[in-house]
Amino acid sequence: MNRDPLKWHERLRVSLWTLIVPPAVWAGHFLFSYLWASISCAKVGSFARFPTLFVAGTVVALAIILVSGWIAWKQQRMTGDPPPHESGTQIDRLRFIAKSTLLLAGLSFVAVLFSALPVAFLSDCR
Amino acid sequence: MSLHDQDDPALRAAQEKRLRAVWEPPKGLFLRWTDTNNNQVGVWYVLTAFGFMLFAGVLALIMRTQLAVPENDLVTPGTFNQLFTLHGSVMMFLFAVPMFEAVSIILLPQLLGARDLPFPRLSAFGYWSFLLGGLFVSGSIFFDAAPDGGWFMYPPLTTRTDLSGLGADIWMLGLSFIEVSSVAAAVELIVGVLKCRPPGMRLNLMPLYAWYILVVAVMILFAFPPLIAGDILFEMERLLDWPFFDASRGGDPLLWQHLFWIFGHPEVYIVFLPSIALFAMLVPTFARRHLLGYPWIVLAAVGTAFLSFGLWVHHMFTTGLPKISLAFFSAASEAVAIPTAVQIFVFIITLWAGRVVWSTPLLYATGSLAIFVIGGLTGVMVAVAPFDWQAHDTYFVVAHLHYVLIGGTLMPLFAGLYYYWPLVTGKKLSDRLGRTAFWLLFVGANLCFFPMHLSGLEGMPRRVFTYPEELGLGGLNLASTIGSFIIASGVAVIVLDLCRSPWRPKAARNPWQAGTLEWLAKPEDENWGVRSIPLIESRYPIWDQEDFVRKVDEGRFFLPDAEEGRRETIVTSVLDARPVAVIRLGSPSWLPMLTALALGGVFILTTYHFYWLALVSSFATLGLVLTWLWVGTAETPEKPCKPIGHGLELPLYISGSAAPGWWAMFITMMADATAFSGLVFGYYFFWTRHEDFPPEGMDFAPGLFWPMAALALGVATWVATVAAREVHARGGVNLARTLVAGAIVLAMAGIFAGLAGPWLSGMDPAAHSYPAIVWVLALWTSIHSGIAAIMLAYVLARSLAGRMTPRHDAEIRNVTVYAHFLALTAVVTYLTIGLFPEVA
Repeated sequence: MNRDPLKWHERLRVSLWTLIVPPAVWAGHFLFSYLWASISCAKVGSFARFPTLFVAGTVVALAIILVSGWIAWKQQRMTGDPPPHESGTQIDRLRFIAKSTLLLAGLSFVAVLFSALPVAFLSDCR
Repeated sequence: MSLHDQDDPALRAAQEKRLRAVWEPPKGLFLRWTDTNNNQVGVWYVLTAFGFMLFAGVLALIMRTQLAVPENDLVTPGTFNQLFTLHGSVMMFLFAVPMFEAVSIILLPQLLGARDLPFPRLSAFGYWSFLLGGLFVSGSIFFDAAPDGGWFMYPPLTTRTDLSGLGADIWMLGLSFIEVSSVAAAVELIVGVLKCRPPGMRLNLMPLYAWYILVVAVMILFAFPPLIAGDILFEMERLLDWPFFDASRGGDPLLWQHLFWIFGHPEVYIVFLPSIALFAMLVPTFARRHLLGYPWIVLAAVGTAFLSFGLWVHHMFTTGLPKISLAFFSAASEAVAIPTAVQIFVFIITLWAGRVVWSTPLLYATGSLAIFVIGGLTGVMVAVAPFDWQAHDTYFVVAHLHYVLIGGTLMPLFAGLYYYWPLVTGKKLSDRLGRTAFWLLFVGANLCFFPMHLSGLEGMPRRVFTYPEELGLGGLNLASTIGSFIIASGVAVIVLDLCRSPWRPKAARNPWQAGTLEWLAKPEDENWGVRSIPLIESRYPIWDQEDFVRKVDEGRFFLPDAEEGRRETIVTSVLDARPVAVIRLGSPSWLPMLTALALGGVFILTTYHFYWLALVSSFATLGLVLTWLWVGTAETPEKPCKPIGHGLELPLYISGSAAPGWWAMFITMMADATAFSGLVFGYYFFWTRHEDFPPEGMDFAPGLFWPMAALALGVATWVATVAAREVHARGGVNLARTLVAGAIVLAMAGIFAGLAGPWLSGMDPAAHSYPAIVWVLALWTSIHSGIAAIMLAYVLARSLAGRMTPRHDAEIRNVTVYAHFLALTAVVTYLTIGLFPEVA
């Protein structure tokens, strides 16, 4: 097949490990949120009105999810076999994992936002 | 072997004769129980779990009879406590989880076109452990000794020996034993899905049931170990008076609640996802089309699995944690509704787009979705913390959880029962009885549980043996009781239907005209799983691949023969299912059953404080495990390779990360590391609960020297093991043996150095939670060093016996995986107990 050379994000290898990057980032962020709040409350008795550490952690988490979703979006659009893309071929397997990663990135993005919301509304350790 | 050969009917008949002989189940009154084939073990497993379900159901009926009218005195309060504790524990630990494992043991090899799962003896071991532990826990009620602290066993009620009796030990030790069998099943199922798929079945062609099972088995690895960690702390407190949960000595009952619910909430999804997975198989069959939105189901399964680990505190909304913490868990509890809903929409859309055949299994499937959605909606309500403060510990929550579990686990399993009964027995169940049972169940469930929402909101508390007439809840409770008996009559109709099955004629092969691999099975029972292991090109090969069934039947695919008289299956690569090797599977043996008995002895004898006998039993377990490994694993084959047809030749021996055994070790150690992290969580949890940590007068208790020495020894053991593996692979057998011997000495020294810190500084574990948690961490790590020494000694013995060579080196490679985790454990433990007091 005559096609352009693969871009860097198309050359990345996908696997079951890359599939779980977005939800794993959610899990990391969730754990971070929980530890941050409970240690702040247990040891300091309060947390900062503008919690720089928490905001930074959330931005990093969202950024990783976005990048992984963007790569997945590009990969699941790579041309190859005809639709419905459910054959036992290399490209359809790649498109499947990429599509699933993209969907998980969407879910994880929303879930991280959910986790961040309480900090916007609550301000003390009661 | 060319295609041409398989044209010869005489050759095919000879192959079938050889296969039949190899897979012949053992016969005889006693010998038949030594079987390890998934068809037999799976059926035993299902029947046993079904029996426990009926038993727990009867317990529920007694409770509902007691609650039918106000101020009833059918049972005493003490008996009532035992009834609800055992009902919940049996339904969860002895029915829902084992049933998923049982169904998977039957179905998975069929779905994957494998002859059996990779470790048939491990499945048998899991079954015998489950049976023994289950009988032990359930039987206790007949001696008025059943656990009575609720299925979550909250301390201090359950840890104080003056407030609770033997029941708490029976729960803790009996169910710990069953958790072992769950982790064993998880290992078996993960390796089965990842490594035993048929050639060509890439990840995107895998049946969705297998996706769900993979996800759920991984969840077990992360959910059950925290409970095992909790069980260890709990029994240490009950048996040795180490005060982990005793607030008067620096402990905290909330630690148990955290560890229990880190297990307990994912558990709900562990029992829900495999049941819903059955829909992913039967919905396409009865919609007569491919399932729409395959990646969306993967999203749903994986997404739910992750989010389910961020929900546990919603069981603890009323414990007084800071609201900010509650809000995180509330947010995650709302978020999990998204993936859960996605899969339900996928099923609805597939039915919508297809030509629906309105069969009995589909009736169960749609009815259970309706019930589940009601439970899901009340779930969204109780996930909101302020609402939960009102509803907590009322019948509203009882209604919610039963809607979820009946709609999400029980009824889907009945759907699966009607769908897969022809696969297992070759006979269909009665549509008339099935539909009658369905309507009884559907009406009964709603009549039983819907009024509980109302009685709960009006103030009916959970777990009370009776209620006063003035509360005005008599009518609602009576309705619930009538409903429960209607459910029971529905189950009775199903049991009747099953009992009549042996007298019915055989059904046609593939009676539902399904498209997936498991329906290759013939109504006449064959134990070989699949006649020849097919090349897969579609998600629904029976529908899509030309002449597929005939080619399989005529042995035109892979491995159509058993020339060497051995049970075999093909191992393939994880992503793309490329053939990697042929492995020999375990044959019938007494070892799994005996090992389960010996291990059961350790738990059961400890319950009754027969410590010396328990010690004897643990040595027996060790001896049996070593025998099992020695005679049954990593066997050197009689030839390096064998042909599997179509000009393919595969090795008969593999080691390292391509081999199922390596994966099994890796997966087991993931579970082990998770349990360890539960203990470490305990240490840091105590740190957040105490103003000063370590408490006054115990500063720097284990000191620095011994923890650092133990750390160095743990790392040195690891270095020596890795070096031995590398040297061995390059042919330096003698140097490798020396390194292994050195590693044994280092590991043994690690035991003493690990314990010396708390021992020499005179830390009394019964005095306070701090020395207790330090001792537990040191003990855990030292025991792991001891196990490393035993494993390394085994490796040395295999090498000296000539059973391990540079070409056949699975033992040293697998033990190296253990050594990686040992090093990690030692580093975390000794940095924590040695250095953390310096910085805290």
